[in-house]
Amino acid sequence: MIELTSLKKRISAWIDERYEISNLISYMKKKSVPKFRATFWYYLGGITLLLFIVQVVSGILLLMYYKGTENLAFESVQFINTKVYFGWLIRSIHSWSANLMILGAFLHMFSVFFLRSYRKPRELTWYTGFILLLLGFGFGFSGYLLPWNELAYFATKVGTDIVKQVPFVGHYFMVLLRGGEEVTGATLSRFYGFHVAVLPAIFTVFLTAHLMFIQRQGIHEPEDWKNKSESERSYMPFFPNFLLRDLLLWLIVINILAILAVFFPWELGQKANAFAPAPKGIRPEWYFMFMFQTLKYIPGKVWFIDGELLGIGFFGIAGFLWFMLPFWDKRTKIGIRNKLLNYIGIIVIMFIIVLTILGYVLE
Amino acid sequence: MNSSNHIGSPESPKKGRREFINYLLGGSFAAWLISIVYPIYHFLEPPKVEEVKVSNLKVGKVGDMEKESGKIVKFGSKPVLVVRTAAGDYKAFSATCTHLDCIVQYRKDYGQIYCACHNGRYDLNGRNISGPPPAPLAKYNIAIKGDEVIVFKDES
Repeated sequence: MIELTSLKKRISAWIDERYEISNLISYMKKKSVPKFRATFWYYLGGITLLLFIVQVVSGILLLMYYKGTENLAFESVQFINTKVYFGWLIRSIHSWSANLMILGAFLHMFSVFFLRSYRKPRELTWYTGFILLLLGFGFGFSGYLLPWNELAYFATKVGTDIVKQVPFVGHYFMVLLRGGEEVTGATLSRFYGFHVAVLPAIFTVFLTAHLMFIQRQGIHEPEDWKNKSESERSYMPFFPNFLLRDLLLWLIVINILAILAVFFPWELGQKANAFAPAPKGIRPEWYFMFMFQTLKYIPGKVWFIDGELLGIGFFGIAGFLWFMLPFWDKRTKIGIRNKLLNYIGIIVIMFIIVLTILGYVLE
Repeated sequence: MNSSNHIGSPESPKKGRREFINYLLGGSFAAWLISIVYPIYHFLEPPKVEEVKVSNLKVGKVGDMEKESGKIVKFGSKPVLVVRTAAGDYKAFSATCTHLDCIVQYRKDYGQIYCACHNGRYDLNGRNISGPPPAPLAKYNIAIKGDEVIVFKDES
């Protein structure tokens, strides 16, 4: 026993001599998390990160059997589902975890919004986080097509056709995405490439920045703590208190994921056919549903503007304003409460929820 | 101190030389960058593939399709919807919805052409009559030779 401790000491001394990790350890010991009624929301970023890790692992596993061509994609996913040991489980986990990850990111984003954690000096954390969400959408959109089934085929046709409506550059980008004028095997190849190479590479850069900003600046303290004395604030050490709670929550999330994946396995549907009418109930992933449903309500022409264009313009501008939040929220910047923002946030959430529900109910 | 003044002074011949070198290096770098970006830019542009040109297509005998029914046929690489009306006439339209590119179908219960993606509807002349479609469906012509139904496209 004594030998073991001395061995451990010798090893850490060896590493410390070369990499000076004692600084890092003392820094991490000081790390703390503010303890108040909304502390729970601080776990959501970590949960999203966990689900991303699940995505990477399950995605690499699926790569062992998936074949990204028009003639083999559907069949290879069928093979994974029916022949590969636990193939159905891995695929189901990949699909479920993808959806939970986006949900986690949404909740994380709105909690940051309402807690005003994006304000100075954390603007870049908000910007990188928003970009990560968009990249997550990209993962979802490109991954949706990969099984090459009917629903995904038409959802991709619609989704990429919307790109075409953007003035001037729209058609060019649609062709770039589709690998041609139509959604074909060329589109599948491209989406496969985006999904497993391009997006992961970009995502890694932004995720690293996002996490490093948080490490460097520490976790945001509630806004009203500025007027509180030292004794009125309470903290929880990150090691081990917060981390252990984090791990417990991760365990719970993994269990939920396993239950969903086992009892509600992801369906595969029919193989895509370019010469069959679109089936009823064509829909994108749920996180695009509110936009998809909004487009249904906009008529073909509003005055002289194309309805689609109006929809894209609306969501483009709204998304941009949302992205630029730390920039235009001047009031919170100087520490004044900004109630208007709470109303905006609630309206945005209500809009998303109502249109999503309408999208599913009015099928 | 002296020598650095000498280099920095505007009259110094060395400054002109330094600027020249800077432009040369900057220009070379830009050219080098273009030589990398240009091939990538064009690589991503899908090459034009020769399509088999189809000018007409036999879709079956007059009696093959029931009245008030529709089916989708491959006209080259394009899907075309052939409809037989209640009166027994044949009509053909592009099956690609003008809204967002989905494939339309004939709906007997509506007596109309319908797109399931966004509830777009067209009448049996291909006119967009409700929902989001911004334009009518492109028309194809029908010819009946003997009892053979043929779809063809005007090349004009």
